[in-house]
Amino acid sequence: MTRILAKRQLAPEVYLLEVEAPRIQKRWKPGMFIIIRPTDQSERIPLTIVDSSAERQSITMVIQAIGKTTKEAVALPVDGALADLVGPLGEAATMTTGKKVVCMAGGVGVAELLPVAKAFHDAGNHVTALCGARSDNYRILDEELKAGVDRLEWATDDGTFGFHGNVVQLLKSIAGPGDFEEGHVIGPIPMMKAAAEATRDWGLKLHASLNPIMIDGTGMCGGCRVTVGGEVKFACVDGPEFDAHLVDFDELTRRNRAYRDWEAKTMERHACRIGLDVR
Amino acid sequence: MEEKKPKFKPNPKLPRQALPVLNAEVRSTSAREVALGFSAEQVGIEAQRCLQCAKPTCVNACPLHIDIKSFIVRMVEGDYQGAHDVISEQSPFPGVCGRVCQHELFCEDACIVGKKWDPVAIGSLERFAADHARLRMKELTAEEPAHPTGKKVALVGSGPASLIAAYDLARKNYRVTVFEALHRLGGVMIYGIPNFRLPREILKEEIARLQHLGVEFVTDFIVGKTATVEDLFEEGYEAVFIGTGAGLPYMMGIPGENLIGVYTANEFLTRINLMEAFDPEADTPVLVGERTIVVGGGNSAMDAARWAKRMGSETIVLYRRGREELKARLEEIEHAEEEGVVFHFLAAPVALYGDENGFVQEVECIRMELGEPDDSGRRSPVPVPGSEFRIKAQTVVAAIGQAPNPTLQKATPELKTKRGKIVIDEWGATSMAGVFAGGDVVRGGSTVILAMKDGRAAAAAIDRALNPQVEVAAEEVTQ
Ligand code: FES
Repeated sequence: MTRILAKRQLAPEVYLLEVEAPRIQKRWKPGMFIIIRPTDQSERIPLTIVDSSAERQSITMVIQAIGKTTKEAVALPVDGALADLVGPLGEAATMTTGKKVVCMAGGVGVAELLPVAKAFHDAGNHVTALCGARSDNYRILDEELKAGVDRLEWATDDGTFGFHGNVVQLLKSIAGPGDFEEGHVIGPIPMMKAAAEATRDWGLKLHASLNPIMIDGTGMCGGCRVTVGGEVKFACVDGPEFDAHLVDFDELTRRNRAYRDWEAKTMERHACRIGLDVR
Repeated sequence: MEEKKPKFKPNPKLPRQALPVLNAEVRSTSAREVALGFSAEQVGIEAQRCLQCAKPTCVNACPLHIDIKSFIVRMVEGDYQGAHDVISEQSPFPGVCGRVCQHELFCEDACIVGKKWDPVAIGSLERFAADHARLRMKELTAEEPAHPTGKKVALVGSGPASLIAAYDLARKNYRVTVFEALHRLGGVMIYGIPNFRLPREILKEEIARLQHLGVEFVTDFIVGKTATVEDLFEEGYEAVFIGTGAGLPYMMGIPGENLIGVYTANEFLTRINLMEAFDPEADTPVLVGERTIVVGGGNSAMDAARWAKRMGSETIVLYRRGREELKARLEEIEHAEEEGVVFHFLAAPVALYGDENGFVQEVECIRMELGEPDDSGRRSPVPVPGSEFRIKAQTVVAAIGQAPNPTLQKATPELKTKRGKIVIDEWGATSMAGVFAGGDVVRGGSTVILAMKDGRAAAAAIDRALNPQVEVAAEEVTQ
């Protein structure tokens, strides 16, 4: 059992959860993740570690409550507990120093980007963060990002804040080949794919943090496999970060949809059981 | 336990009793346990078949050296509790071992009765003693749990190797902590072995006996990630045993392997066993289509095929060698066949084809011929050119073996490994001081009982290392 120390809503459907995790807070590095099970019946789901506090012996995660398991997680009260939490998993994000770095994220990916962007900055890079949200009220962790990087730009789909458009359009509007040497991208697959496509000839080393379906997170099942440069990799142990220009994003998109029909049915059942209308 | 003179006249000519099983039709749609266990009457007959040899070869053949001869005398007398006590001197897991140990390769293979007739059904007798003891399991774990006070020992992984080591060490007053990466205990026995072969309550109850001995269990803890081996020493553990198993599945390495509906046996079995996907209400799904093809010929292949069948899929096991070469237990093969699993021998997959959404639809196979024997002594399969053919399937499970899970080794570079397996000496000690290893992380894919054998040997070695004055008894030495 893992005690929940704090919970805060950041945007519609998006929650920050701080939980007690003395060992993980000591050992994690930016880019690593954890696996949780909110209840004893839940699926195991991976979540990127967003922050930690030595003083509070805690780590922080940000959850977008869109499926049954994520909804269960954010429904838990402060001082309540997650049934399970294990980590830190995966390899740390690739770091560099003295470079011009671009960090891109969309949706809750913005939260997941935060520790990596800060780490790049602390390692002596010049960091530009490009963050995307559906609309102004979906923007998250703006203050924290601003404090952690050299330059922060927002793009919103509806133009209610910052650049009108998506993150990759924003990138293309402010930069071109040679402007950045290293980059990190995390968020929805179409966005990561577009970022990779846009920068293919930019001479930019772009790392993508992938989010395939996982079970154990320790290399035991192979469910998280992705194709990178024609080779099969297990994202939980070989990643989650890979060379964005070599990732087969189309395959990842398909594999992440494997249980979509099934999930729709579960949500329906779940909604019926707790007496809610579906949607 | 005192030596008991048998008060019965052995009669090996009585027919070996057949283990009653649930009928194939019922079990092909149910997760219920297949083998039902002997009746008391059958136990009476079967136990009498034991010759009570002066030098019982079965005891030596048992990797745990259970005093088979003595427990069988008690079975004849109807003293099942006494029989269970005799077994408990060596093993707290008769319920598990009575079900999944390959008795035919060990005690029953060595049974003298088997030279002339069928060997005594030792496994089924063990299981009966265990099932009988379940009735008093509450009583066995009712009193205050023990509070060992000795040195601290960490066991990594909660599979069979660690569990038997925990038993041996806790009984010697060591303070034992078992660290498990997953959220449930048992290792391969919980994620790999299906309920219909090993009901979960049996495993849980036998693990509870260890808790009662004062063994502490910590789930969701990955040594190598959550803490390092070094951290454990710093936290006061004086020895560490690594029993992390063989949890890194081999892939087939053919085109289409990442299509949806293509699983490793580990993933398929973990979804169903650990995450309970057999239950349509469970939160973790598994895709089982109209037809399932399981590739491989070992026990995991049988387990996967039998689950697929139970979930309503027409199921084919595709094996590149012939029936003779199947590595699975005969009992599992027969049970699979009875349940309607079909075997295609001498064929292997070469490519998988999917639909536009990436769901697997077809398996292209090639026929094989058996050529010269390979290192394993089995004749190795050779593809027959031009013999390709296709089978439709919506689920494909690759049960082609696995390598040791590298997580801990990666974080512990001081540990010497060979092709991923941790290298140990004859005492179970690794290249790192105070660190021991056993089971599949050392052997590669092996069995529950051999993992237990290793766990026991390592426990003895740990005891010797931490209490050097202890005398070494001959039977404590690994051969
Ligand atoms: S999640 Fe199972 S191997 Fe990566």
